[in-house]
Amino acid sequence: MNAAKFMIAAYVATWVIHGGYLVTLVSRYSKLRREMKELGKGK
Amino acid sequence: MISTWAVTLATLVKDIRLEWRSKDALNAMLFFSLQVVVVFVFSFDPLAEESRHIVGGLVWIAFLFAAVVALNQTWSRELRNQVLDAYRVSPAPANALFIAKALGNFIFVTVLEALMAPLFIVFYNLRALGPAWQLIPVALLGTWALVVNGTFFAAMSVRTRSRELMLPLLLFPISIPAVIAMVASTTAILTGEDSARFYIVLLLTYDVVFTTACLALFKTILHAE
Amino acid sequence: MKRLFPILSILTAAFLAYAFYRALWVAPTDALQGDVYRIIYYHVPSAWTAFLLFFINFMASIQYLVSNKPAARSALKWIMIVGGVLGVIAVYLPPIKAMIPAGMQPSAVATTVLMIPAFYFVVGWLFPGQKLDVLALTSAEVGVVFCTIVLVTGPIWARPVWGIWWAPGDIRLTSTLVLWLIYVSYLVLRRFSNSAQTQMLAAALAVFGALDVPLVYLSIWFFRTQHPQPVIGGGGSMDPRMLQTLLISWLAFLCFTFLVCWSRFRLELLKREVEEAHAMESLAGASVKASMPLARSSK
Repeated sequence: MNAAKFMIAAYVATWVIHGGYLVTLVSRYSKLRREMKELGKGK
Repeated sequence: MISTWAVTLATLVKDIRLEWRSKDALNAMLFFSLQVVVVFVFSFDPLAEESRHIVGGLVWIAFLFAAVVALNQTWSRELRNQVLDAYRVSPAPANALFIAKALGNFIFVTVLEALMAPLFIVFYNLRALGPAWQLIPVALLGTWALVVNGTFFAAMSVRTRSRELMLPLLLFPISIPAVIAMVASTTAILTGEDSARFYIVLLLTYDVVFTTACLALFKTILHAE
Repeated sequence: MKRLFPILSILTAAFLAYAFYRALWVAPTDALQGDVYRIIYYHVPSAWTAFLLFFINFMASIQYLVSNKPAARSALKWIMIVGGVLGVIAVYLPPIKAMIPAGMQPSAVATTVLMIPAFYFVVGWLFPGQKLDVLALTSAEVGVVFCTIVLVTGPIWARPVWGIWWAPGDIRLTSTLVLWLIYVSYLVLRRFSNSAQTQMLAAALAVFGALDVPLVYLSIWFFRTQHPQPVIGGGGSMDPRMLQTLLISWLAFLCFTFLVCWSRFRLELLKREVEEAHAMESLAGASVKASMPLARSSK
């Protein structure tokens, strides 16, 4: 059914946006962790 | 304690004198608005009846961009030679400075509107079908709405990166209710199809709320460091 | 604390899966819209969550603004207490009670009014000092994510149902758009500003945004009454199974939101730690160089 396509699109879009945001959180976190380690070594 | 009004007046007179001598901002604003007018003259037929519905929006687009030009240079002049820092350490009340800047911008933009209005009337063959006198409170209240928040946000953006971009980015979303009111009321007055009264009251409310907020928070902004 | 997070994540994922199952299979099909209406189970909870987060941002921002001004702070405290009490009493007064739309209990309205000072004090108590600012940033960012979802799922829902992607007078979607713009500008200000003043400036912007919201609503509402709107059929009360599913979906998303906010909060704390460590290092490096006038930098 054509209308159901929209419903699926909405659900997929929601999780794509949430997933994308979580991915940015994880990547920011690992970058900071790495920086912290480098700072610790530099001293 | 130095009187607030004395400082306000002194700063305002200084700004107007500086602007009168250089006419930097005024020229830029005028040129920008003229461009908008001319581009739109060729975009649609001014004689068509529907054009009356669109002109309200066009007029305010032109004034909005002109206002941003004026606002952007509000504080940049003060950054040179550390004038802004001098203000911060002086005993002059911070609000005096804010009111002076806001009034200065208000005068510049209002002068621009007075200069542009005949051009719009001529190019778009404007004739208000509703009560034309209502355009005056709309223009004054609307301009103050843009200028009061604009002066405040200009002060906020003056120390950020890409400050000329930051000002419209901050100003436009917050100004949306005022812009809706300005455009819709101008259209209502020109087409004579609706009453602009609700929007004029809304603009008045907007002005009161945000003038109060700006006065309450300006000191914090000025000294935030 | 650290072990709690994975456990809560699994529970939340299960809860979300349950809500999904309910949305698709338990909730009945809508008589007018068919199955498309099920978008509501993601669209509306996202909207409620976004508004809740922006409200938390507002509470954190005003408290941050007055954190250095004890007089203003106690004034605000009393405004909240008195406002809350008066608000609750006002709801039961006859002229105001008459204004409450049918179907809503006065006690529900009173509870909502009471939530405002309640949130104010809980936020102030749980997040002292700088943590207020971290909370403000967290709630704004996660709020924008949810707001984006509302603005994406809204048109996707509108297209098959109304035939158009967007109706300019659609008050809910348009005011959500303005809210989104305000908070995106808030996040941009945060990113483009230097650290010393950023927090105060951002808090001021958040207050302006909050003051703007009722005005946005009013202006669009009146605009709508003057312009013909697409005929949007439906309305009327909701099937209780639909309402139940909606609430369950919201609860699941709230759990999810809590975990995301917790992560973002920790991320921001780590970021500030790293910045401090950088600052300390450059200070230490400078003092080392000062004590050895002929030393060369090894870098």
